[in-house]
Amino acid sequence: MKPFITHTGLVAPLDRLNVDTDQMVPKQFLKLLTRQGYGRVLFYDWRYLPGEKPNPDFVLNLPRYQGASILLARANFGCGSSREHAPWALLDYGFRVLIAPSFADIFHNNCLKNGILPITLPERELDELFRRAESEGGCELTVDLRSQTIAGAGDLQFHFDIDPFHKQVLLEGLDDIGMTLKHAPEIAAYELQHPAKATVYEPVDSKHFAAPN
Amino acid sequence: MARTECVRMSWTMAAKTMYEKIWEAHAVHEAPGEPALIYIDRHLIHEVTSAQAFSGLEAAGRKVRRPDLTFAVMDHSVPTKNRSLPILDRAARAQLDALEDSCRRHGILLFDLLSRNQGIVHVIGPELGITQPGLTIVCGDSHTSTHGAFGALAFGIGSSEVEHVLATQCLQQSRSKTMHVVFSGKRPQGVSSKDLVLALIGQIGIGGGTDHVIEYAGEAIRDLSMDARMTICNMTIEGGARAGMVAPDDKTFAYLEKRPFVPRGPKFAEAVERWKTVASDPGAQFDTTIELDAASIAPQVTWGTNPGMVTSVTGRVPDPSSFPEPDQRKAAQSALQYMALSPGTAIVDIPVDRVFIGSCTNSRLEDLRAAARVVRGKHIASTLKAALVVPGSQVIKAKAEQEGLDRVFREAGFEWRDAGCSMCIAMNDDVLPPGERSASTSNRNFEGRQGKGSRTHLVSPIMAAAAAIAGHFVDVRDLGVDVLE
Repeated sequence: MKPFITHTGLVAPLDRLNVDTDQMVPKQFLKLLTRQGYGRVLFYDWRYLPGEKPNPDFVLNLPRYQGASILLARANFGCGSSREHAPWALLDYGFRVLIAPSFADIFHNNCLKNGILPITLPERELDELFRRAESEGGCELTVDLRSQTIAGAGDLQFHFDIDPFHKQVLLEGLDDIGMTLKHAPEIAAYELQHPAKATVYEPVDSKHFAAPN
Repeated sequence: MARTECVRMSWTMAAKTMYEKIWEAHAVHEAPGEPALIYIDRHLIHEVTSAQAFSGLEAAGRKVRRPDLTFAVMDHSVPTKNRSLPILDRAARAQLDALEDSCRRHGILLFDLLSRNQGIVHVIGPELGITQPGLTIVCGDSHTSTHGAFGALAFGIGSSEVEHVLATQCLQQSRSKTMHVVFSGKRPQGVSSKDLVLALIGQIGIGGGTDHVIEYAGEAIRDLSMDARMTICNMTIEGGARAGMVAPDDKTFAYLEKRPFVPRGPKFAEAVERWKTVASDPGAQFDTTIELDAASIAPQVTWGTNPGMVTSVTGRVPDPSSFPEPDQRKAAQSALQYMALSPGTAIVDIPVDRVFIGSCTNSRLEDLRAAARVVRGKHIASTLKAALVVPGSQVIKAKAEQEGLDRVFREAGFEWRDAGCSMCIAMNDDVLPPGERSASTSNRNFEGRQGKGSRTHLVSPIMAAAAAIAGHFVDVRDLGVDVLE
């Protein structure tokens, strides 16, 4: 995973409650076998008119937000399906930071696994960022994970919370499976003490079952 | 309807919630300042969210730690008719082939397209007895919450977490808060568990359960069958809570007895004794408690573009200006525009184009029996373009056919299909065309969920069946006692 230390970028505002992951990546794009290449289809039904022509009314298509890498959103961002294709698409499009008053649980996890920083801010502070991003000149922000601050033009500075564990994982771009495997002896000990078995007592119509050794 | 915040007192710590008990029994490693490592007893996988996990695993040179605790099924993008013919959708075919290849390489049990046990992952887990009380169960699918109906801790995960479980049989997890949702009183006739959970989501909102695990309790929950409890736990994610749970009881044990993966004889009796200890202790404290009176809940119909935009069948499409917050007004306005509905329209005056009875929410035998009672001897409205019944599993399909339900549906003008996710997610050919309106027993009415530009109204199976016959929504409580029970 690419480490996240600090990031400066243009801010795009998505002023909509409860944006679900079906909107981020509609189902027809869930048949790919890769983690890459979803940026083109991000917010597909909102972003394109028939024939894949850009919808001039959709905020990310406005010329002033081209190249945005920080996305402002409203409450419960990323609700619905657990599809990790949603953060894959956001990342591939260019977003490294998401700022919202709240995120759906599974989506929040999925962002952290992909080096995207989901920041939770109070509505009041978010309203100020929306005001700036929607103003004529737009706005750029610098997000510093070490100091947990968001800084902008003038003396704008907001502090944000993140739990120390995920902060470390993001700062160092750590492989969380590798971290868990350091506990392999504990996992093995747990398995000895609590043997989890799935025994089948009558035939089922299945394939490829390998009997546990 | 009261919502109270409880302070966790040290002297109550002895009394534990079901969630706390299962958590503690599965903690492999806990240290301050980091998430715990939780052992996973059952890992369910399907074709849509696992390919990337297997390629990540293999690229890192890792193996599946416990193929014997991993179960695979093809469900999301499978066709629901003509299964003996080749699948023309090349991307779907490639995805199904990739799952089969991964299962073969790693020795994972697979229920493929032609298996007699194939079905929607959250339907076949319980049906086969893979789902049991006290277990931790995960799947790369948000509706994994379904399995909580058995007193298991079950929740959806992303593909990176699927890879993590494949490699380690563990997950890094932080403790959730707990929410006690108590449905007191008796559920009126014609009101199903789908209506209970939609009414709950309408009250708390689709983010209302965020960071929480919900335990459902109260007389109306105890009265529910296992099929109905699965519906309510299934929809828990639509209220933002990752997991929903119901304490196991005699109904749970009776359901599980003689299922293929459930121990037999004396071992079953031992398992039941163990399962009985899973329920929350009396006096266990929850972070939040919500009480609803089941007796006052009417059949529900969604009018908007998320499951929280819902009202009673006797209600009307709301006026966006009636919402207190500007954000909500804007959301309601945009939803009504998408749904092509005007404020003040009576719900029973909304016509439907297609009816879908299926999905991991409402495709079980009891759902099909209830819907069949409503349509028996009648015919779908001439204005309807199609009506589909898609059983949740091939086993349910076969049982329904033994009971003659397929004939009831076919004679009423419904199509009778093979098991799969079908028009709930519309990854196969079962798509709701642009501008068309459905009465659907599925779980999400998001924009484009059943097809680009499609308009979804979520309802219970009997409400969907009644809408199919009338061509518009009707209050099923008017149908008469013999049809309802």
